[in-house]
Amino acid sequence: MPFYVSPEQQMKDKADYARKGIARGRNSVVIQYDEGILFVAPNPSGALHKISEIYDRIAFAAVGRYNEYENLRVAGVRYADTRGYQYDRADVTARGLANWYAQILGTIFTESNKPYEVEIVVAELGESAAGDQMYRITFDGSVADEHGFVAMGGQADQVSTVLKERYTEGMPLSAALSAALAALAGQGNGDQLEVAVLMRGRAHRAFRRLTGRRLEELLPAAADAGTGGGKGDGKPAAPEPGEAGTP
Amino acid sequence: MGLDYFGERFTAACMATGTSSFADFLTTSAPHLLPGATVGGLGQGAGLDLPHGTTIVAASFDGGVMMAGDRRSTAGNMIAQRDIEKVFRSDDYSCVGIAGVAGIGLELVRLFQLELEHYEKLEGRSLSLEGKANRLSAFVRANLGGAMQGLVVVPLFAGYDAETQQGRIFSYDVAGGRYEEHKFHSIGSGSVFARGSLKKLYTDGMPADDAITVCMQALYDAADDDSATGGPDLTRRIYPVVATVTEDGFRRLTEEEAGGYARAVVDERMRSPAGPNAPLRQSS
Repeated sequence: MPFYVSPEQQMKDKADYARKGIARGRNSVVIQYDEGILFVAPNPSGALHKISEIYDRIAFAAVGRYNEYENLRVAGVRYADTRGYQYDRADVTARGLANWYAQILGTIFTESNKPYEVEIVVAELGESAAGDQMYRITFDGSVADEHGFVAMGGQADQVSTVLKERYTEGMPLSAALSAALAALAGQGNGDQLEVAVLMRGRAHRAFRRLTGRRLEELLPAAADAGTGGGKGDGKPAAPEPGEAGTP
Repeated sequence: MGLDYFGERFTAACMATGTSSFADFLTTSAPHLLPGATVGGLGQGAGLDLPHGTTIVAASFDGGVMMAGDRRSTAGNMIAQRDIEKVFRSDDYSCVGIAGVAGIGLELVRLFQLELEHYEKLEGRSLSLEGKANRLSAFVRANLGGAMQGLVVVPLFAGYDAETQQGRIFSYDVAGGRYEEHKFHSIGSGSVFARGSLKKLYTDGMPADDAITVCMQALYDAADDDSATGGPDLTRRIYPVVATVTEDGFRRLTEEEAGGYARAVVDERMRSPAGPNAPLRQSS
């Protein structure tokens, strides 16, 4: 080990390391539609999730190292449930959660030897589309408030470009799914998908996974709605009988 | 930013690997938030007139299980609340009713609901019905200290078991002992009267409609003889909380539906105040 490393060099090394780790993985997309927020992540596993429910109207999506973002997910659920229990369910917000995540990731980035190789998005469903919120938190604890759509992962720029072309405010679910698939196509992202939504109009818990038949019904509609691009019709991941959030 | 004591210790606890139980998590990270945490040192219930008194009934029927509870809360000889709810949805396929000190009971239910939801979010699947019943048992046991000081809370738990495709009922004692009940059960100060009524009116495998009527009759009889149990308040339209749990999940009857059953029972009582007569000899 060198005798002395300048702080700039140390931070730069850590940041490069984390970025490289994240870039190795697949991209994910979070995109608003008329009735809520859609999450799409290519995921070959049917059991290990990249998209999860945190609270009634709050969901979590991540790219990067699985065990690290799984840690953050569990921590987030505990944070939300404790806060909701201590105060009230309405007092749990994505903003509070995002800030808390930023603190954690920032501390890990500066104080531990190895930064977390993760990028996460925390999204909250509002009463209307204007009230929807999306926060992106990166490996070093930076938080950004996003609108419309978020592309996560290594090739985020290319994915973002396609999303920008395809996104319109108030688009229906099938169009949003089509846009997400088009953006993810050609990135070497694979065919197995994990898809979930935060949907308005559901009592209590807004999070819902779209799998099996429900997803299959949407996919041809999505393929029609889009002009298609590369391998636009991903196959759904294996249906889960005991999934959380089913009505 | 309002972090209060969501400080380092809490954060570290959140990030630690371990339990999917919310109650266990609170015990390690924030024990002062648990119900009954600050109970110690009161002694002999300290002569406090805390709201209590109840009748809760549960009965299985063809396709599931139902639970109903009265709406009265008493403190000494005063009615503390006319429309308190004592039967709750604990999750999509189960419900819980509480008897005893209302304040602690409501906290217990709240924590139990969160416990079940927390497990489901972390693990990606719901607990089995037995697992849920066991967790409730642990919560009741945790309140034993409070119970010995007079702050007794006893729940009644019922749910739909997807494995056996039946409704199941579980009762508890203050030490957290868990007992599966078949057909029907009742808890609370009026349970003695409700149970007698249920015994005579209940038949195995009756349809949901009949089971609800039987429970309404039982609650009426309990209110008739126990001052701490309230009968249906027709003037204010405050009726017992009635819920069913079937393969389609938990459903609480609307005010109109519960009112329909309650009024039907009351109308009959206008003619026959003691309720339906059970035949003296069973015809074979």
